[in-house]
Amino acid sequence: MVNSNLITFLAEGKVTYTDGGTFAEYTWLIVVLPFIAALLITFFGKYLPLKGAEIALATIGFIFAFSSYLLYLNVTEGVASEFFINVGSIGSFDLEFGWVVDGLSIMMYFVVGTVASLVFIYATNYMQGEVRYTFFFTSLTLFAGSMLVLVSSPTLLQLLIGWELVGVCSYLLIGHYWEKKENSSAAMKAFITNKIADVGLMIGIIVLALSTGTMRISEILYQSTHDYESLKSVAYLAGVLLFIGAMGKSAQFPLHVWLPDAMAGPTPVSALMHAATMVTAGVYLLARMFPFYEGMASEALDVVLLFGVITLFAAGMIAIVQDDLKKVLAYSTVSQLGYMVAAIGSGAYTAALFHLWTHAFFKALLFLGAGSVIHAVHTNSMKEMGGLKKEMPRTYTTFILGTIALTGLPPLAGFFSKDEILASLNHGGYNTYFAIAVAGAFITAFYMTRAVVLTFFGEYRGNGHPHESDSMMTTPLIVLAGFAVTAGWVNIPGIYTGFTDWVTTRKNPIVEYHPESFDYFALTSGLLAGLAGIGLAYYVYQILGRPEDGDEKIKVEPIWNLLENKYYLDDFYFKYIINPTKSTLANTVDRFNTNILDKAVNLFGVAAIFLGNIVYNKFDQGGIDKALNISSSSTDALGARVKLLQTGKAQQYIMYFLSGVIVISLLILLVL
Amino acid sequence: MSAQPFLIAAAGLFSIGIYGILVRRNVVMVLLSIELILNAVNINFVVFNAMLGDALLQGQIFTIFIITIAAAEVGIGLAIVLMLFRNRKTANIDEFDLLKW
Repeated sequence: MVNSNLITFLAEGKVTYTDGGTFAEYTWLIVVLPFIAALLITFFGKYLPLKGAEIALATIGFIFAFSSYLLYLNVTEGVASEFFINVGSIGSFDLEFGWVVDGLSIMMYFVVGTVASLVFIYATNYMQGEVRYTFFFTSLTLFAGSMLVLVSSPTLLQLLIGWELVGVCSYLLIGHYWEKKENSSAAMKAFITNKIADVGLMIGIIVLALSTGTMRISEILYQSTHDYESLKSVAYLAGVLLFIGAMGKSAQFPLHVWLPDAMAGPTPVSALMHAATMVTAGVYLLARMFPFYEGMASEALDVVLLFGVITLFAAGMIAIVQDDLKKVLAYSTVSQLGYMVAAIGSGAYTAALFHLWTHAFFKALLFLGAGSVIHAVHTNSMKEMGGLKKEMPRTYTTFILGTIALTGLPPLAGFFSKDEILASLNHGGYNTYFAIAVAGAFITAFYMTRAVVLTFFGEYRGNGHPHESDSMMTTPLIVLAGFAVTAGWVNIPGIYTGFTDWVTTRKNPIVEYHPESFDYFALTSGLLAGLAGIGLAYYVYQILGRPEDGDEKIKVEPIWNLLENKYYLDDFYFKYIINPTKSTLANTVDRFNTNILDKAVNLFGVAAIFLGNIVYNKFDQGGIDKALNISSSSTDALGARVKLLQTGKAQQYIMYFLSGVIVISLLILLVL
Repeated sequence: MSAQPFLIAAAGLFSIGIYGILVRRNVVMVLLSIELILNAVNINFVVFNAMLGDALLQGQIFTIFIITIAAAEVGIGLAIVLMLFRNRKTANIDEFDLLKW
């Protein structure tokens, strides 16, 4: 039933690997369990003491433990195997589901497991007493499960299913407080924007499947490195189409608009979505298909690089002008995703995944920290925060650690991953892009310092009485802070590059660039940009002005307006896409509906009545009923005659009987 | 010894019984006629048993069964006749046509 393959598609000689043994065989458990758990929570959650949260916690705890062990296996031995279950076939296409256990997917399992379990613990406290508490945990478990479906997928079909499931769950979670109109609109926006991008992914998958004749990713990757003509002819198209899909999920410019609005969801959702479960899907897809891009669609990589660089710069700029703490972090995520995508575009597969890995931890930390702050002051606006350094020391310390990690100061996680991306851009000779990425590092440092200063420094400007959050909320923060500090140490050029080996057990034979030691030019420029950003922001907001003055000192009106309106992108969409669609398309559909569809339906109704009358009068009344009446009345008439024979006189009966006997006897006598 | 005289006697008895059933108006007489028919059959059974020399005496055993059943039948028949007579004050079979349509 289950076919397993040792993935033969590997770098030559360099890495040793095994099939992972029993644990790899049972990896399907961590994919299926969340769905069972979600069912259990739905039906029995309300009757349990923690209202279903314990089932979610147990499930995610198991996933964390399982993925940790897989990661341990992968670090020590290297695991690369995939399993297929054939559920049928359409024409020559096999419908296969299964699970992949290799460096890339194990890394994703671990990220999802770790971040999700910490977010779940945090959420039990954060969501205490909120509406639909049980349902929230159902959706959260489903969300993690969908992401596992996506990253465990050995076929494009399953990948697409996981992809869509993630979209549905994000819709449910973003719109958790759907009673408010803007929340449900945000959910709708996220869903529709993703859907538009998904069309690209779907067409891309169809193109790939038709030109290779298979849905198996490993098979497609094999073909793309072995010069298959039919694949080569559509490679550029398929590459760009897949990237359009990735642009939606990974929020690349100009399809990033849904992600900041997705802040309407509860903060644990934002943390999970931005770190582990949703926005990484696009980067994961590009990484998974990287040998295909590198082998056949290298022109498509230029497109990827271009959009990545635009995103990292443009989104970072918007983050500077945001007053909503969560939106600063949201645009920061978009910007960091831009870095990852740009890294993929420049051919630095490991660098992108490394940044995904470190980013997952410190961005989850920042979001949960922001949630802790918001929980304490009951507002998202940084204008009503300030001075929280004193009241919330643990949140403050961990948030600072997350900020430094994101800003990229050594020796925290972000430093190593961002440096590797910069080094790859520099090595690839993309001078302009390199400059923009360095500017991006400056912007990152600037907006994060601004957020920290406005939130934690100065005087408290709100009306409440902020206090440190419960230990159920601060413990995850501390654990994540530990990761934010240490996660980068697994890939230090020239010292220890274990991470490269973890995620490259199925790396393509085409050699990608790995810095042998630090690229000191890239390192210095990145570091200087970061320090300059921190220094400038600190100078502007803390020394030159007070945090209470906010942005007064640096406002340059036209640019500020442009940024505050997010490059007028939402207005553009509304004016040229959504409203025209709504007015013209809706009217056309309405006319089509009343004039053609409804008329057709009515016509059918009238015809049915006409036909019914004919059938009733001619066939039913004239035919069936008449026949029944005739048969009954004739039986009646016959009975009236025959009954006269039954006189009740016994002797008469005996006479008949005897006459019968005599007649039959005579017949026997005469005939025989 | 020939079976013919016995069979003729039995046939005569049977015919008398049939005649009685058809002609007599008194119910008791009709019941008596039925007894005659049954006895005609009995004679046949005994005669054929003797002629065929059946060691198991099946014909005679059958006869005893018929006599037993005839006794039971007469018992029930006379009880019905008695009840009819009490209700109708008559034993005339022509009056008893309750079972017509």
